Amino acid sequence: MATATATANKKKSVVWDWLTTVDHKKLAILYLVAGTLFFVKAGLMALFIRIQLMVPENDFMTGQVFNELITMHGTIMLFLAVTPLIFGFMNFVIPLQIGARDVAFPFINALGFWIFFFGGLLLSMSWFFGGAPDAGWTAYVPLSTREYAGSGMDFYALGLQVSGFGTLISAINFIVTIINMRAPGMTMMRMPLFCWTGLVASILIVFAFTPLAAGLALLMLDRLFMGQFFTPDMGGNSILWAHIFWIFGHPEVYILVLPAFGIISEVVPAFSHKRLFGYTAMVFATIVIAFLSFMVWVHHMFTIGIGPITNSVFALATMTIAVPTGIKIFNWLFTMWGGKLVFNTAMLCAASFVPTFVLGGITGVMLSMAPVDYLYHDTYFVVAHFHYIIIGGIVFGLLAGLYYWYPKMFGHKLNETLGKIMFWLLYIGFHLTFFIQHILGLIGMPRRVYTYLGGQGWDTMNLVSSVGAFVMGAAIVVLVLNIVYSAFKSERITVSDPWNARTLEWATHTPIPEYNFAQTPQVRSLDPWFYEKVHGEGKMQPAEPLQDIHMPNGSILPFLMSLGLFIWGFGMIMINMDNPIVPPGVVIAIGFIMTFGTMVLHSKEDHGYHIPLEEVKKIEKEVG
Amino acid sequence: MSDHVDVSNGLPANPEKSTIEGKNKFLGMWVFLGGETIMFATFFGTFLGLREGTAGGPTPDELFSLPLVFLMTMFLLTSSLTSVLGIISMKKNNFKAMRMYFLVTVLLGLGFFGCEVYEFWHYNHVGLGYSVSAFASSFYTLVGLHGAHVLFGLGWITTLLVRYWGKGITLANAPKFYSASLYWHFIDVVWVFIFTVVYLLTLGGA
Amino acid sequence: MSDELSKPFPKSAMTENERYELGRETRIQVVSFAFMIMLTIISFISVATETIPSGFVVPFILLLGTVQFALQLFYFMHLKDKDHGWPNAFFATGIVVTIPALIALILLLGETKW
Repeated sequence: MATATATANKKKSVVWDWLTTVDHKKLAILYLVAGTLFFVKAGLMALFIRIQLMVPENDFMTGQVFNELITMHGTIMLFLAVTPLIFGFMNFVIPLQIGARDVAFPFINALGFWIFFFGGLLLSMSWFFGGAPDAGWTAYVPLSTREYAGSGMDFYALGLQVSGFGTLISAINFIVTIINMRAPGMTMMRMPLFCWTGLVASILIVFAFTPLAAGLALLMLDRLFMGQFFTPDMGGNSILWAHIFWIFGHPEVYILVLPAFGIISEVVPAFSHKRLFGYTAMVFATIVIAFLSFMVWVHHMFTIGIGPITNSVFALATMTIAVPTGIKIFNWLFTMWGGKLVFNTAMLCAASFVPTFVLGGITGVMLSMAPVDYLYHDTYFVVAHFHYIIIGGIVFGLLAGLYYWYPKMFGHKLNETLGKIMFWLLYIGFHLTFFIQHILGLIGMPRRVYTYLGGQGWDTMNLVSSVGAFVMGAAIVVLVLNIVYSAFKSERITVSDPWNARTLEWATHTPIPEYNFAQTPQVRSLDPWFYEKVHGEGKMQPAEPLQDIHMPNGSILPFLMSLGLFIWGFGMIMINMDNPIVPPGVVIAIGFIMTFGTMVLHSKEDHGYHIPLEEVKKIEKEVG
Repeated sequence: MSDHVDVSNGLPANPEKSTIEGKNKFLGMWVFLGGETIMFATFFGTFLGLREGTAGGPTPDELFSLPLVFLMTMFLLTSSLTSVLGIISMKKNNFKAMRMYFLVTVLLGLGFFGCEVYEFWHYNHVGLGYSVSAFASSFYTLVGLHGAHVLFGLGWITTLLVRYWGKGITLANAPKFYSASLYWHFIDVVWVFIFTVVYLLTLGGA
Repeated sequence: MSDELSKPFPKSAMTENERYELGRETRIQVVSFAFMIMLTIISFISVATETIPSGFVVPFILLLGTVQFALQLFYFMHLKDKDHGWPNAFFATGIVVTIPALIALILLLGETKW
């Protein structure tokens, strides 16, 4: 049986282990670390932006730097910070929640991470080669074409192309994992909501990141090879970009917010000690939101002048989204209703998510009315609206998830006192920063201006907003302090279920063995862990005898393949550089050979190894 | 996690889906192809939106030649059939026949690709440079992207053939051949729309 | 177990019945191929000869293209078979999200106000 086998991975250095790992739990941590770094970077940019806008006619930075900062802030936050943070949680939690040993394609999982990471690195390289992209995160043409934008936009097009490819293949991996790798008895309608939202978000990625890839290819061809897609003189059309971008861009919002909904739907029942209210309705609401998200993109383009019929159709479709979202809101409220509520940090974040998100949703419905949108368009009202969705929705969701799953990930809880300080700082700072921006927008302050004249009634509100931003910054500092403090001081967790929660991930040992479940569990109900605690013997029933466990081998190829793509992308950018030291063709060829060479190398069969039965028994005894 | 496959009687009837790895590859490929549809649709939309923007350059009526496109279509359609027959041979555990069919697929694909290279060279020669007009850019991008897919498919199938030339059909390589053939069919599906929408529709007066 | 993944098989485990079904399947595939070739020839001819009025030829060849698209998917790519529920779902989703995007890129480029 186990001839091909158990020798693997004993003596590996730490660095080599992390570079070659295909374990979904380790990749999750890589995602979280990379996402946090990008998050901090983009957060600092936000602080600089708020310093610049603190007082009228500020000369803290030039308009060019301001443009670069707002572009990078938006781009990094959406593509390189929140997406990987969500992927981190999905990677860690989804296989555990469906009772699987690993994801469907462990190799592709690692590849997805490294490609995303190198894509992000490529984008960030722009600072050292003539400045960051400066056409806004939407990169509207003609502002972003070869005529008007500097080399930064090359980095935008290629960096996002590369990292988007990583995101795409990770999403395919999640979809296949959820559909094919579920434990016996784990039917689709018994899956925890986080798995459902993860599945739906991954499907959205598959259908939204592909048009983005197409759009970025057009932009790249325009900039590097003189394509004429966006030049009206040559028969092109600049509205084309706006359509393609928003066909991707609107689903992107739901790609980020649906998993956050999923986290909330896990945390709220766990700390209300009640099952989720209206599970089926939640699932269908998720699917309906996903469907509608592809039918509403023109609401970002109301003022472009497409015409009244189009605007009306898309306005109506947009308002429809409020219905499934409303279903979700009420279900969370009813889950809390009459529950034994525990307000720790995770629950505070989850509970405060609900009203904050409602505020963002209401302003969304306001914005969906095409006639009034002419007033709101391109003002701070829009900025306030989407920050209520992204911070009030997604960031609070992510924080709730962090505090909730932290003990499973790292073997100790985060400190509650520091956690509550963080929560209140963030909550107050957030509303201070962004609530007032609604009013700023309504009285006419346009977004994306690097300074403004005093005496228009904007001065105090901008100051308040900037102060709020610093309070939020302080909250993130407290979070970092908390992580460091807890790593040293917090009590180690040895029980498998510190929160008395409901879903399958809490049935695993802490720390989780490499193979997750020694025996694949038999699932008998929704909330299987809770069911076994109440109706069963307090542990999961096994679906298979204890036997050798098959595991995939680690591989350095994902890292090398991604490095190849990075080199290829950089070579492409070099085409536009004035005096590249190496001819761009050479760099492109190196990257190309490296990428496809490693692909051919990967075709060598590797069937992984087996952890022998005695080893499994020994590990089970140690952690059990 | 390939356990519990009964292999005592010989190659299972559906070797591409007998193992969990095979099932995963099968579904993953389909999900990927679903995503490819909308990527190609975006390029199709770009072409359809911009095809009248010839900006004084050569127009489709002056350029497109139906006999060449017809020849290319025949190459690709036939290669689609041979890869179907290859998969059927695979299910019968007839490795030699499968190898032959996939080899023919590659040759037909090369024929198609050669025609496409000639076509592009010819258009370029008569004045349709990439930057001449929006029509030129969007035409080359759409058809060229399809050509790049063909090239990738050729590389993929060739690698599989070289890698497994004398190895026989196994539970590990059956899913690989099956995925490659799915990909190849998808390229053919896209070509159906390219010859209909890009060539015939434009010449047919729409 | 995992070593056996790389071993070829001396024979096929197919039953008589499965073998018969596969033979039928092969015939169906070849027939559908012939049908596709026919559709292709018709659509090329209908454009090349210019005998059919152009108002009719456009929907006609689009229809032929769609039929061939369906044949490719359901026969060559086996979407008609059982165990293809998820592939069908994903491909259908792809087409559903494609349609509005295509319409927008063709019609809503701002030249005509809709």
